[in-house]
Amino acid sequence: MRKQVETSRAIAETIALCKPEVICAYPITPQTHIVEGLAQMVQTGQLSNCEFINVESEFAALSVAIGASAAGARAYTATASQGLLFMAEAVYNASGLGLPIVMTIGNRAIGAPINIWNDHSDSMSMRDAGWIQLFAETAQEAADLHILAFRIAEELSCPVMVCVDGFILTHSYEQFDIVSQADVDAFLPAFEPRQVLDPAHPVSIGAMVGPEAFMEVRYLAHHKQLRALERIPVLSEEFERRFGHSTGGLLRTYRTEGAETIVVALGSVNGTIQDVVDDLRQEGSSIGSVSIGCYRPFPLAALRAALGHAERVVVVEKSLAPGIGGTLATDVRTALAGSGIPIFTAIAGLGGRAITKASLLSLFKKAEAGTLDDLLFLDLNLPLIQRHLDREKQQGRTGPTAENLLSDIRALAAQIG
Amino acid sequence: MPATTIKFYQTGTFTIGNRLLQEEGASVQSAESRPNVLTSGHRACQGCGEALGARFALDTAMRAANGQLIVANATGCLEVFSTPYPESSWRVSWMHSLFGNAAAVATGIAAAMKVKGRHDVRVVAQGGDGGTTDIGLGCLSGMFERNDDVLYICYDNEAYMNTGVQRSSATPTAASTATTPAVGPHPGNPPGHGKSVPLIAMAHRIPYVATASVADLRDLEYKVEKAMRIHGARYIHIHVPCPLGWGTEPSATVKVARLAIETGLFPLFEAEFGEVTERTPIRHLKPVEDYLKVQKRFAHLFSGNADPQGVAAIQNIANSNIKEFALHA
Amino acid sequence: MFQVRIHGRGGQGVVTAAEILSVAAFLEGKNAQAFPTFGSERMGAPVTAFCRIDNKPIRLREPVVAPDALIIQDATLLHGVAIFEGLTPSGFVLINSPKSFAELDLGAAAKSFLPDHCHTLPATKLALEFVGRPIPNAGLLGGFAAITGILTFDSVAEAILSKFPRAIGEKNVAAARAAFELMTKGTLAHAQAS
Repeated sequence: MRKQVETSRAIAETIALCKPEVICAYPITPQTHIVEGLAQMVQTGQLSNCEFINVESEFAALSVAIGASAAGARAYTATASQGLLFMAEAVYNASGLGLPIVMTIGNRAIGAPINIWNDHSDSMSMRDAGWIQLFAETAQEAADLHILAFRIAEELSCPVMVCVDGFILTHSYEQFDIVSQADVDAFLPAFEPRQVLDPAHPVSIGAMVGPEAFMEVRYLAHHKQLRALERIPVLSEEFERRFGHSTGGLLRTYRTEGAETIVVALGSVNGTIQDVVDDLRQEGSSIGSVSIGCYRPFPLAALRAALGHAERVVVVEKSLAPGIGGTLATDVRTALAGSGIPIFTAIAGLGGRAITKASLLSLFKKAEAGTLDDLLFLDLNLPLIQRHLDREKQQGRTGPTAENLLSDIRALAAQIG
Repeated sequence: MPATTIKFYQTGTFTIGNRLLQEEGASVQSAESRPNVLTSGHRACQGCGEALGARFALDTAMRAANGQLIVANATGCLEVFSTPYPESSWRVSWMHSLFGNAAAVATGIAAAMKVKGRHDVRVVAQGGDGGTTDIGLGCLSGMFERNDDVLYICYDNEAYMNTGVQRSSATPTAASTATTPAVGPHPGNPPGHGKSVPLIAMAHRIPYVATASVADLRDLEYKVEKAMRIHGARYIHIHVPCPLGWGTEPSATVKVARLAIETGLFPLFEAEFGEVTERTPIRHLKPVEDYLKVQKRFAHLFSGNADPQGVAAIQNIANSNIKEFALHA
Repeated sequence: MFQVRIHGRGGQGVVTAAEILSVAAFLEGKNAQAFPTFGSERMGAPVTAFCRIDNKPIRLREPVVAPDALIIQDATLLHGVAIFEGLTPSGFVLINSPKSFAELDLGAAAKSFLPDHCHTLPATKLALEFVGRPIPNAGLLGGFAAITGILTFDSVAEAILSKFPRAIGEKNVAAARAAFELMTKGTLAHAQAS
């Protein structure tokens, strides 16, 4: 059914169609509207047979989901940024135990300095925790991916994070095709756990494992992720056949046939990138883009196949490995190891800084012209940086960096007429 | 526990022949058919108070739940000594949570049972003092406030024992631990009021709170049975001596626990919805020295250059407990 | 693509206005994307919201830098923020004010605007009259429909009704209708004058 609603609402309605049995979440910007939507549906009875628990912290949120999932219930939670870090111990616990929990991450920067706006640093911090990480490119996909997530999670006995750009997607009001209950029921069968707390068949879950078996346990986790690489494309195709929406998959290519320059990115920025690719193609450029839909497991082979013919690759990413460069870029480098294809990293959009068509246009043109640095920060305010570095040279007690930059912004703005 | 009139055949001890009681009044442990939820073969130390308390508590809970029981267990001694891979001593549906979230995991299990219509299945969460009074307090308070249908049992041996006897917020005044060693001008744990989780539980006005001890195992069973008849958030705090951490004789565990009660340092009481409803009066009041002298962790209080106020401070705590909980017989 | 930028203060229904516009466009079978600039919730702080309308799916995810129309819900913002920044040469401006556009004395900023694309509307007055609360968004949307012709009044009305409980919705539609009629007369007068 088509409707114009906030993405968070569409996500909530789609999750409700997945018949979760236990929802437990702690509010954090920008995930609040999703959980509020679900709370409302449980209160009115629109979402029935579901326990909604208002927990006292994010650590409690994922812990409650772990207990519920271990006891055989389909469990859902959502968080972002600081909240994801606060539940970090439980994040590893959930994947270590193989519990098929689905969790939405409203991608948001991590402090300090505190910042409520979008970037990918939060889900990046948990990229090696053993969860599957799917990234939504469009608002429709942000809703659809949750259905796919439950199916993948329960088939593989592995928790799944659905990453949705905070504010940019979560708070966008758009047109959705909300799928039908019948279709969801056909695609997503009832949860059949691999292991379960059942008084009739008592088992001990969560035992300590020593050096004699820990390597093997971890190898099996690695193997599970490799298996996910095989299953995600298959299940995504089944999803498309059933629902008529192209959703998920390991990655999507856009006009990459014969492209000399290929741009790689995660999430909603791909929309803007595609508009720029169209404009440049119009001008005669040979350029395309790849949107990675499944970040963990990282689709090394699929990406290498998609990028193999390019003369250069530009990674535009909303994450930073301080002192190294890009986080996504590092994985892209692994995919292209030995190929000799130069990879340029543009760190962009951190803490919600807008990534504009104009900036991307300039960036891609520089790439084509061969004037791009290997690593750059898009739209950096260089005078601001320089002022701070000068200050540090002159003074011992410089005070908090964030405060200084903010007052400098005002001072600099006053200078500019 | 309500009084039952029976004839004693042995005086000077608390031995009550189970054969003299009605079957319902007999200890679960006396039955051949006892569940043995925590069965033999675990790796607990000789004389471990926690293993003793857990066996009695969980067998009682299991019987009360007709076998339909699920347990969430925090990280700690109990979890570690009971599940050394690839073995488990648990004969119940059991899950090791994390250190600070046993209460939350139990909430999740209870929610799953509720949504699946399994009203017959009961849930117990358990942990040591570390996992309860310190790192687990947030999740515990959340479970209390929501009145989730979980019985939380805390086994209090007054320090982080499994990691090497470090101080917790349950460690009593003056006790020597690895992080409050008995050296220097102020040996042992600094004086303080401690953190009474039973009182914190009462402040949440949950349906049932009780303290218990391995010195009175029938009383412990009685309290678990009573808790299991109630639905909603319930809390039982069990005092369990640790021979290794306290420096006591392994064979003296029950005696030491009894001394804690008889000095007034560990009050036995029950509370419902925030009000104390029952207390166990002290039959033979003892001075705190009797309790402290048998524990190496308090030895520095009796050395040559010990601060004379050291023991007096602890006696004051005992006296105020006796007053607060009306423990005089 | 037609891009709208709405300026106002927290509590004036700026974000709701953008959402209503997007619903109206949806009802006409168009694609629309509405979103606010995001910040901590606070009454009285300047708020900006955007709406993009197009006949094909909208992939763009940047803030609206070159609006085709500006709706300014609070005239106290006029001389603060660079409120007219990026307006396209033939862009529309609709300001909530009882004064005329000329009387607002926007000086140099307004020199490049097309005179018959710039209007004011006493939307707060209409809101008080028809709704009983000084939330000017519905009136401004009615006026917007009239001066741009991008959306029909009926779509705007239906979108307003979908957003509020029945009674309040109808009052807001009345305010929007009054504004629509006022602007329609006004644009006619403009056209006749020029």
